[in-house]
Amino acid sequence: MKLLIANGHLIDPAANENTGMSVLIEDGLVTAWVKPGEDAPEDCEIFDAAGLLVAPGFVDMHVHLREPGHEHKETIASGCAAAVAGGWTSVCPMPNTSPVNDNAAITRYMIEQARIAGFANVFPIGAITKSSDGSELAEMGEMKAAGAVAVSDDGRPVPNAGIMRRAMQYARDFDLPVIDHCEDKSLSTGGVMHEGRMSLLLGLKGMPALAEDVDVVRDILLAQETGAKVHIAHVSTKGAVEAVRRAKNEGINVTCEVTPHHFTLTDSVVEGYDTNTKMAPPLRSKEHREAILEGLRDGTIDAIATDHAPHHADEKALEYDRAPFGITGLETAVGLAFDELIQKGIVDLARLVALCSTNPARILGLTGRGTLAPGSIADVTIIDPNLTWEYRNAESRSKSRNSPFDGWTFHGAPVATIVGGRLVYRRSLEN
Amino acid sequence: MTKPFRRRDLLGIRNLSPAEINGILDTAETFTEISNREVKKVPALRGKTVINLFFEASTRTRTSFELAAKRLSADAVNISVSSSSVSKGETLLDTALNLDAMAPDCIVVRHSSAGVPHQLAKVSRAAIVNAGDGANEHPTQALLDAMTIREHKKEFDGLEVAIVGDILHSRVARSNIHLLTKLGAKVRVAGPGTLVPKEFQQFVSANLAVCSNVEDAIREADVVMILRIQRERQDSAYFPTLREYSIHYGLTNQRLNLAKKDAIVLHPGPMNRGIEIASNVADSSRSLILDQVKYGVAVRMAVLYLATGGKALNQ
Repeated sequence: MKLLIANGHLIDPAANENTGMSVLIEDGLVTAWVKPGEDAPEDCEIFDAAGLLVAPGFVDMHVHLREPGHEHKETIASGCAAAVAGGWTSVCPMPNTSPVNDNAAITRYMIEQARIAGFANVFPIGAITKSSDGSELAEMGEMKAAGAVAVSDDGRPVPNAGIMRRAMQYARDFDLPVIDHCEDKSLSTGGVMHEGRMSLLLGLKGMPALAEDVDVVRDILLAQETGAKVHIAHVSTKGAVEAVRRAKNEGINVTCEVTPHHFTLTDSVVEGYDTNTKMAPPLRSKEHREAILEGLRDGTIDAIATDHAPHHADEKALEYDRAPFGITGLETAVGLAFDELIQKGIVDLARLVALCSTNPARILGLTGRGTLAPGSIADVTIIDPNLTWEYRNAESRSKSRNSPFDGWTFHGAPVATIVGGRLVYRRSLEN
Repeated sequence: MTKPFRRRDLLGIRNLSPAEINGILDTAETFTEISNREVKKVPALRGKTVINLFFEASTRTRTSFELAAKRLSADAVNISVSSSSVSKGETLLDTALNLDAMAPDCIVVRHSSAGVPHQLAKVSRAAIVNAGDGANEHPTQALLDAMTIREHKKEFDGLEVAIVGDILHSRVARSNIHLLTKLGAKVRVAGPGTLVPKEFQQFVSANLAVCSNVEDAIREADVVMILRIQRERQDSAYFPTLREYSIHYGLTNQRLNLAKKDAIVLHPGPMNRGIEIASNVADSSRSLILDQVKYGVAVRMAVLYLATGGKALNQ
């Protein structure tokens, strides 16, 4: 079966293409580009993308799908349904499931559940240490063979520099990126928001920016020494952005991502004690957000990732101190990126596609993805850059509702998502 | 002329205007004499229900709120939730909704987590009064401190107030800083650097100074407010020992002599005698600690009266 995504505006930074171009898909692969005015091939279904942006499928390299173990928050099926509605064709679930994804059996289970669900591709991230408890290395080679694309202990970052050094030395042999949630917990324990004027005003215990900075600097030194691929998850501080910028200038193999909530919000929204403003790393103050925007502008930041972290409503209906960290993010990322980055001139469309697709696919080594060049896998994100829409938690495809963006109006929306040549999401006209 | 206390809820001092603060103080003033009567009861809140919902242990604040409600003829119910619903796994929201369904007019809430009164106020029909939330605010404490200060100093404008101790973890300090600076007093805070972060300089827009030692804060002060120091802070490495704390930060007669001759001493209680305050200072005529407790009842009567629909004086 042939499908022609016709008359759209193709943005493919990997192929250096940013123009009107139709994309022909056959048997799950991109087989040709058709110039405007040229005839469509015969026996071909047409997807009319006039007025729409056509991009290589977006890759969210940082999500939590909660399965196995926490299916009341999210399942791989519900998370992948939310992903494709948000324009993501591939998602990378962190290993903090129950049990922890620290072995090939769990990795294979996740991929199989995603295949059955049939929405987005799932590329699991394996644990760095067994049970993510920071002591013994997990079987990275086995997990890679099963389909894992990186390793991370995410929310339980490896505190011991010696173990982290060995993890990097070992991961390098398998060409596995080591993703680190940089937080020195000796500096942040007990904190529930960014430490600064707002935390003093609200009487909440702060997590200093320093807790992130010292761990980023440690990881950069370890990356330099081991030569491993190191990726800093969700940078949120000025110090972290500056450290990564310096490291890149020195040629150290380090990359980083940012979340939509960190480039959009500051800690001022914690006023009111809405637990949907609580996540780790926390929303920072204005100067940190400005540093993030500068990092996006100058290329220091490589990727946008959501850190989609669903929690059940009952778990969030608690005291601010006791509520769990994390918010959902899969369905609001593109809207936020258009309003906060494109409309405000922080990045252009080509750079946005690089941040959401080209770069994460390259960092994770996803062969045949992150581009729509002929021969590549037909994962396609189609966006209407002019659509005005409202996000409502009640209508989310996620099982959870913990987004601070409920009721926000956005300009720019994912309208169709194609995974492996199959149309898995089409925005209906009524919403 | 004072303006009406517009809000039903009293969540903190931070969002009150000076006029609203004065309105509460003036109303409290009229209630003070009720506690001196032979029959200490007026019918102002007859038929109203007040729930004292205390998630954290408290003797004086809870008793003070209970007496305030009863002296206004309200029906007062005390609930200590320190363990019950939390151990049963009930969410904060459910606890609030269940109590609210019993149609109280006012819920007085104390909790060890900041923001709980604000969270309850979003879902409850009853007026919420904050009786202390974590390290955030303790508005009735600041109001009763203000009553005490006003009784002795008349004017807040230009008054110099030193607040000494664990500012970081203190809801009393936060509410007092808001109230005093809003009314024009100049506040100086001091204590160990671990407990008085330099960021406090930006806490409010004006009239606040962070001092690097206790002496600088106390010098020429009209009011010296001493905060309780918690032993747990020693365990968390905020200072080495209580002994060293008392030597460097405790209020002794010698330190108090740096203040103005007619300076008054306040402490929100309960006191650690010999640690943050020397016993002879606590018992001296300059110490107004028991006056604070006395005014506490009048302030809480005023707050309950206004929160349940009463009109502020001069409205």
